[in-house]
Amino acid sequence: MPERNFGRSADIPLGMSDNSAPSVTGSSPAPSAAGLRVTVDLNLCQAYAQCCYAAPDHFVLKGREALHYDPAPSTGARADIERARIACPVQAIRVENTGTSRR
Amino acid sequence: MIGSEARVVVVGASLAGLRGAESLRRSGFAGPLTIVGAEPHRPYDRPPLSKAVLTGAVAPDATGLPNLVALDADWRLGAPAIGLDRTRRIVTLGGGETIAYDRLLIATGASARAWPNSAEGRLAGVHTLRGRDDAQALRRDLAAGPTQVLVIGGGFIGCEVAAACRDLGLPVTLVETGPALLASVLGAHLGAVVQTLHETRGVTIRCNAKVEALEDDGTGRVRRARLADGSAVPADLVVVALGALRNTGWLAGSGLAFDEGGLDCDAQGYVLDEDEQPDTRIAAAGDVARFPHPLYPGHRIALEHWGHAVAQGEHAGRLLAGCEPARYADVPAFWSSQGGITIKSVGLTKGADGVVIARGDPKEGRFLAVYGQAGRCIAAVSFDCARWLPAYAERIAAGAPFPPDAGGVDAGPLTVFAPGFPEPHGSRPGDAARTGKDER
Repeated sequence: MPERNFGRSADIPLGMSDNSAPSVTGSSPAPSAAGLRVTVDLNLCQAYAQCCYAAPDHFVLKGREALHYDPAPSTGARADIERARIACPVQAIRVENTGTSRR
Repeated sequence: MIGSEARVVVVGASLAGLRGAESLRRSGFAGPLTIVGAEPHRPYDRPPLSKAVLTGAVAPDATGLPNLVALDADWRLGAPAIGLDRTRRIVTLGGGETIAYDRLLIATGASARAWPNSAEGRLAGVHTLRGRDDAQALRRDLAAGPTQVLVIGGGFIGCEVAAACRDLGLPVTLVETGPALLASVLGAHLGAVVQTLHETRGVTIRCNAKVEALEDDGTGRVRRARLADGSAVPADLVVVALGALRNTGWLAGSGLAFDEGGLDCDAQGYVLDEDEQPDTRIAAAGDVARFPHPLYPGHRIALEHWGHAVAQGEHAGRLLAGCEPARYADVPAFWSSQGGITIKSVGLTKGADGVVIARGDPKEGRFLAVYGQAGRCIAAVSFDCARWLPAYAERIAAGAPFPPDAGGVDAGPLTVFAPGFPEPHGSRPGDAARTGKDER
């Protein structure tokens, strides 16, 4: 299987992050660019691969049990990601919509 | 339940601190919440940093952790805590600012153990890997196409980095002082399986070998490593993967009981002072917390596990919110992906006096091993067969007899092997805490 790059270009230069807060103290981080944040509890994951069927652009099983996933899908993928989250037999997928203001 | 006039401060803006803060809110705490982080980044996930980030499949800054609960927190990022005054109940930050607390969650995590010679450690091309910035720097050097990578240390981080190098087609040598890869966690018996996996994928492995010095080419860029036997290993990129030290130095003068192996806690998660008395205003969670676990009596343990940071963070949040105190007793669990194989573990192998292959066959690459001590099951490790693991987690939690029953109707009696832990096990400073993997 060819290597799949997830999300935005992987090798972006320093300072181009959309996920870092300002390095000043005493202020809330700037709101993030719109997007989703995804984590999978890989202790729970048992490679049923339902997420790979529900959202094939964002979840890939490599080998027998190594789940690779996109931790920062765009908001356009929301329906696919939500389908994957619901489909997981062990409910290992956690999703946050960062399009709203976060504190 | 603590009132909304109480001020809660979380020191540490990674997984345990984030899940702890969420747990405080979920438990009903409505007062002011401040989250202090040494790094300028929002909480991010560490497991991809030694895997998909290094191969370029995931960007270093794409691993931000989801917020699962609205926090309404005051974030102080890029501001390491440098002091704790428990009499005045204030935390001092690096810029000199002080933050008052009524309840405090300490989740400051751990740092990569540096190369012992600091001048050599500063040579261009020499890396450690712990945080997102480390991963970004290492990814950049890997993407530049080094001629020869050297990984020092055959723990989980070292193995995952070596595997990522082979994914990238880079020549890589791994040097480990012990008898086999992962030997301090899995023992040499299973370590040999891991070693075969990586050798088959083209990693050059030198066990029972020690790097004595890193040498440059006269321009400040690393060129080779000198080994204790006098031989040299050429390397223009070096990854030092020698485990982690707990971030406890900022607690000097606080009167709490700590060292580089962790901050001591009681069974509920309250921190202990130097007289072993709990401070019930302060809890600790995640890598930094060293606590007594009912399944592993006789010593306190500190775990560098992703799931532990989640579970103990949530536990500490409930504790500080004023929920009924309970003992933290989750069965330890971790995973590692390397070379296409997923290794998963439940329980702790430390102190095991026997290991059996309970399911599958190492020769086929899929199997489950169970570790025992004094006739009971204490840990199970699966290679690409995670679905068997939960049943063994139950046996570990119940202290079921070891060796377990054979796994199939056609299986004969199980053969008990010596796990093969290196001797002396746990002799280096901080090793008392090296009961799991150094994965985040």
